[in-house]
Amino acid sequence: MKITEQEVRYVAGLANLKLTDAEVARFQADLDGILEHIGKLNEIDTSNVEPMAQVLYDAEETATLRADVPAPPLGDQAALANAPQPGAGYFKVPKVIER
Amino acid sequence: MSSSAPPVATLEAIARYEPVIGLEVHVQLATATKIFCGCPTSFGAPPNTNVCPVCLGLPGALPVLSREAVELAIKGALALDCRINPQSRFARKNYFYPDLPKGYQISQYDEPLGEHGYVDIVVDGAARRIGVTRVHMEDDAGKSIHDGFRDSDRYSYVDLNRSGTPLIEIVSDPDMRTSDEAYAYLTELKQVLQFVEVSTCDMEKGHLRCDANVSVRIKGAEKFGTKVEVKNLNSFRFLKLALDYEIARQVAVIESGGKVEQETRLYNPDLGETAGMRSKEHAHDYRYFPEPDLVPLRIGENWLAEVRAGMPELPARKRTRFIGEYGLREYDAEVLTATRAVSEYYETVAKASGDPKTAANWVMGDLMGLLKAEGKEIAESPVSPENLGELVKLIAKGELSGKLAKEVFPKMFSTGERAGVIVEREGLRQISDTGALEKIIADVIAGNPKQVEQYRGGKTTVINFLVGQAMRATRGQANVALVTDLFKQKLG
Repeated sequence: MKITEQEVRYVAGLANLKLTDAEVARFQADLDGILEHIGKLNEIDTSNVEPMAQVLYDAEETATLRADVPAPPLGDQAALANAPQPGAGYFKVPKVIER
Repeated sequence: MSSSAPPVATLEAIARYEPVIGLEVHVQLATATKIFCGCPTSFGAPPNTNVCPVCLGLPGALPVLSREAVELAIKGALALDCRINPQSRFARKNYFYPDLPKGYQISQYDEPLGEHGYVDIVVDGAARRIGVTRVHMEDDAGKSIHDGFRDSDRYSYVDLNRSGTPLIEIVSDPDMRTSDEAYAYLTELKQVLQFVEVSTCDMEKGHLRCDANVSVRIKGAEKFGTKVEVKNLNSFRFLKLALDYEIARQVAVIESGGKVEQETRLYNPDLGETAGMRSKEHAHDYRYFPEPDLVPLRIGENWLAEVRAGMPELPARKRTRFIGEYGLREYDAEVLTATRAVSEYYETVAKASGDPKTAANWVMGDLMGLLKAEGKEIAESPVSPENLGELVKLIAKGELSGKLAKEVFPKMFSTGERAGVIVEREGLRQISDTGALEKIIADVIAGNPKQVEQYRGGKTTVINFLVGQAMRATRGQANVALVTDLFKQKLG
């Protein structure tokens, strides 16, 4: 096992998920399998390869940028259409004070 | 929020410690649209109207970076003398909060836009250089409203208009040692950023927000103390008050045998205190990773040169130039470079008048006085800088007395009319024609034999009386210096 039960609970906490003990065990096995599979990549020597997060390196440096021209926004009706609890034009959420 | 006991640290105890302060300043860039979408950034719109799938964090929506935001960020970084990295990268900073609909902030982490800058400050006559660690770009979160609604005890209200607003975060080195230095740093930072028009820096609208990292150590110690992050320093006054409170608190904790805990504290301006925030256990594990939806930001030499060419002269350099080029006193140079608008107004007056020193007095005195009285900004001045320049030029050429100019200026201010037009219409042109003045002087001498006798008898101050008579005869239009000279000639 590469991943510990504790790590599963920690990651679940970060993701705001409450897991049962059975789920923790299942995710531990799942995540372990995923890590092992991905770990195969480590067998390749990449010491001389630049990390690549994108495939657009060859374009003009400003090619992917936007002009500062306003576009019509969605507006509040559309924005709030699927909100579980809209109110006074806002999204209402259970009381939060701090992050 | 828990209320803590107020700090009890004597001034003697505080004096044994050295505070170490670093500031993190968030500045809203003055773009028309958000950083990753075309929604307007306009302030004060009804809640949740300026939103779209990107800034609402809807699944599948993709961010597209604004070129203007990048260029303003570069300008801001250059204004702080930062090195601009040829490649920087956006990263996701993951945390949960209702006003962060994506579940992550798009920020920059290990490869920021700019690094290694500085801000020069002067406190109590001592110059200090405060290092700027980094300047990076990021998007703003929305706004949570916790109070003011009927059911505010149970609900928070979220407005996502601000979500996706472009920001730069400016992180200073831990170089400040007093709250006054922090105040001076923020003041200078704000002035510079307004000058280059990177941001309006309007604190009331939240366009400039400040957090501080504070620790204390015994004077002479090398190791930093444990640092505390103080949030909610959203005015210059609060910054100073909160820092002074926090410094005293930390000293009190240490002096009473305790240990300063590493935590985030919130400044409460009503109580004048900082209080620890209940932070969740894992709140600070942001799990940064490269933002896969955006290409790395590359800023090549040509682009950088182009942006650099569009930079105005910075206030510090302008001050030095005004002193050297126009012979201004340091204080005057400071006042006249307080904002870009004032400095540009002044310089136009100085050039149009050909008399920069007199121009400075008029801008700082009469103009600013009337503007202040009417609650106007210099940009709204009814008197154009060219027009004020004309007035100063008339004085410099001896065509208008300084005294009459004081009467002409308010008329220019209320009507917007040109100085020359008012002077001609009201017949205020100064009489500097010796021929015309000689006649008047002869009359005054003839009409005041007693004073003339006194003058000739050695009581030379009587000349002031005679000059006064001549001025009265010309309704103040005579050139005083010339009249005085003529009297001396005639009576000498």
